[in-house]
Amino acid sequence: MSEPYTMVVGLEVHVQLATASKLFCRCSTRFGAEPNTQTCPLCIGLPGALPVMNREAYELGLKAALGLNLEIPRFTKWDRKSYYYPDLPKGYQISQYDLPMSQNGYLEIRDPKGRFETRRIGINRAHLEEDAGKSLHDEAGAVADSRIDLNRCGTPLLEIVSEPDIRSPFEAKAYLSELKLLLTFLNVSDCNMQEGSLRVDANVNLHIDGPDGQVATPIVEVKNMNSFRAVERALTYEAARQYDAWQETGQAKGDVPKQTRGWDDTAGVTHGMRHKEESSDYPYFPDPDLVPVTVTDEEIEQVRQSLGALPAALRDRLQTEFGLSDYDSDVIVGQGPALVEYYLDLAQATGDGKLASNWVQQDVMRYLNDQAIAVADYPVRPDQLAELLTKVKVGELDTSRGRQVLEHMLAAGGTAAEAVEHLGIKQVDAGEEVELCRELLAANPQIVADLQAGKLKAAGALIGMAKKTNPNVNPGRVREIAIELANQWDT
Amino acid sequence: MSISPEQVLKVSRLARLELSDDELATMTAQLSQVVDYVDQLSELNTDDVVPMAHALDLTNVFVVDQVAESLERSQALANAPHADGECYLVPAVMGD
Repeated sequence: MSEPYTMVVGLEVHVQLATASKLFCRCSTRFGAEPNTQTCPLCIGLPGALPVMNREAYELGLKAALGLNLEIPRFTKWDRKSYYYPDLPKGYQISQYDLPMSQNGYLEIRDPKGRFETRRIGINRAHLEEDAGKSLHDEAGAVADSRIDLNRCGTPLLEIVSEPDIRSPFEAKAYLSELKLLLTFLNVSDCNMQEGSLRVDANVNLHIDGPDGQVATPIVEVKNMNSFRAVERALTYEAARQYDAWQETGQAKGDVPKQTRGWDDTAGVTHGMRHKEESSDYPYFPDPDLVPVTVTDEEIEQVRQSLGALPAALRDRLQTEFGLSDYDSDVIVGQGPALVEYYLDLAQATGDGKLASNWVQQDVMRYLNDQAIAVADYPVRPDQLAELLTKVKVGELDTSRGRQVLEHMLAAGGTAAEAVEHLGIKQVDAGEEVELCRELLAANPQIVADLQAGKLKAAGALIGMAKKTNPNVNPGRVREIAIELANQWDT
Repeated sequence: MSISPEQVLKVSRLARLELSDDELATMTAQLSQVVDYVDQLSELNTDDVVPMAHALDLTNVFVVDQVAESLERSQALANAPHADGECYLVPAVMGD
C-alpha cells in the first residue's frame, strides 16, 4: 500500500457472554423471545429492585480475559454510567470504569498468505457490563412512536477494547476473525453477529506526513457495522474520506470534537451522527448496590488450566506434529473446535497428517457446506474415514475410487470395507494388470510410439481403456506398467 | 459559590432537564450549597487512608446462573404511560 498516510485503528468489541440468565437478575437471555417477556423489576428499572452478580458471567469473562493474555486485577468493582435513553430505564448502565476486571493484554494476528507481518495487537482492557434494551423504530412512518423492547436489558456483555495498534482495514478484519475464533474455542460466546452477540465499533484516524511534520486527523468513531466485511469496507471508506477532508479543511485532531459516524452498508458510506460526549459526560460513579469482586491466584490458575487448546497453539501443533503448511493449519483451525477434533482423530488414526488434511478440506468440509450441517452431524466418523484413507495410502484404492467409496458411505452408511464390497471394487492382481496393458499396447502402436518418445500423456488414454475393460485397475500402477512395457517394446 | 450557572446548565442538559432562568439561579445556589457542604470533607487529611470502593466490607456476592420466572408482559407494561400491548411506546427517538 502506498497511501500518503498511516491509518490508526482501535476496535471496541462487545460480545454477549453465553449465560442462561442475565448479569444481575435471573431473567432469561434467550434471543428471539416475544418483546418484553423476559424482564423483571430490575430490567425495567423499578425503584427498590436490587442487582446480584451472576457467577457464571464473571467466570466466562475471566476465561476470555485469560485467553486474550490480559492481566487479572485481584480486585474489581462496578460503576454506574449515567445517560438518558428510552432503552435504558434505570438511567444508568452498570459497567466498570476505573477498576476493570482485566487489562493490558494482546492478541496475535497473522496472515498465512503473508499480506501482513504477524503482529501483536494490544488489548487495553476487557470489562463486564450490562446491555441496554432495543428501540424498534417504525421504518415507514416518521411520526409514529418508537417501540421499546427491554428483553435485552441486563444481558451480560464483555467489552474488549483494543489499543490503536491496527494499521489497515484488512488487519482489522484479521483481528476480528481471530478474536471471534478464540472466543468460539473458549466457548464464552456464540459470537453471532446477526443476533447481536458480537458488535464492533471502530475508532479511526490518519497520521499524515505533511511538510511541517506529522499531522493527525480528528478521531472518528464508526458504528453500525454488521459484519466483518462491513468493518473492512467502512474503514477503507473512512480513511479515504478523512484524507479528502483533511486536504479540503486542514482540520487536525483537537480542532473539532470527536465525531461519531454511522456506516450505511447499502450506500457504502459513513454518515455523521451526534458528537461524542466526553467520558466525564457520562457521570460515572461506584454502584452502591453491588459489592466488589476479588479473585485469588489459585482461582485464576484454575480457570487458566480449563482453557483447553487455543487456535494459535493448535495451528502450531498441526504444523509441527502433522506436517501441515501454515495455510492448511489455518483453514482447519479456522473451522472451529469440532472440526479440529475431527481432524486430529483422523490424522492420528491414518498416520498421515497431510492426507487427512486433504480429505478433510476437500471432502468433509465441502459436504458440510453443501448440506449446511455441523461436524457432529457428518455421517462418517473419523475412525471410519481413517479406514478408507488407509486403503488410499497403501494404494489399494486410488483417490477417485476412494471418493466413490466415501460417497457410498455417506449415502448408505457402513464401513469402508462394506462400501468397497458393495461397489464391486476388487483388488486386481498385478499380473492381470500387466497382461491387460500388454494387450492394449499391442492393439495401439501409436501409444507405444508416443510413450517411447517420452510423451507420457499418452498413458492417460491407455488408463482410460484399461478402466473400461476392468474398472478395478489401479490407474497409477497401470501407468507405471505401461511406461515400463513400452520402453521394452519390441517394435 | 463553587458551582457556576454554566456547569448547572451542562448537567441539566445531560439529565434532559429544561430550566427557566429563575430555576437556573435557584439550582445554582442550591447545588453550590450541597457541594460546599460535602466539600468540608476535604478539610480532613486523608494521606494515609486507602481509597474505598464500597461502604460495605463485603465482596463476592454471587448467584448461580439459573433462569427464574420473569414478569408477565401485561404486568411489566402496566405502569407505562403508553404501550401497545407488546412494547413501551415513546416519542420517536431522533438522532439527537
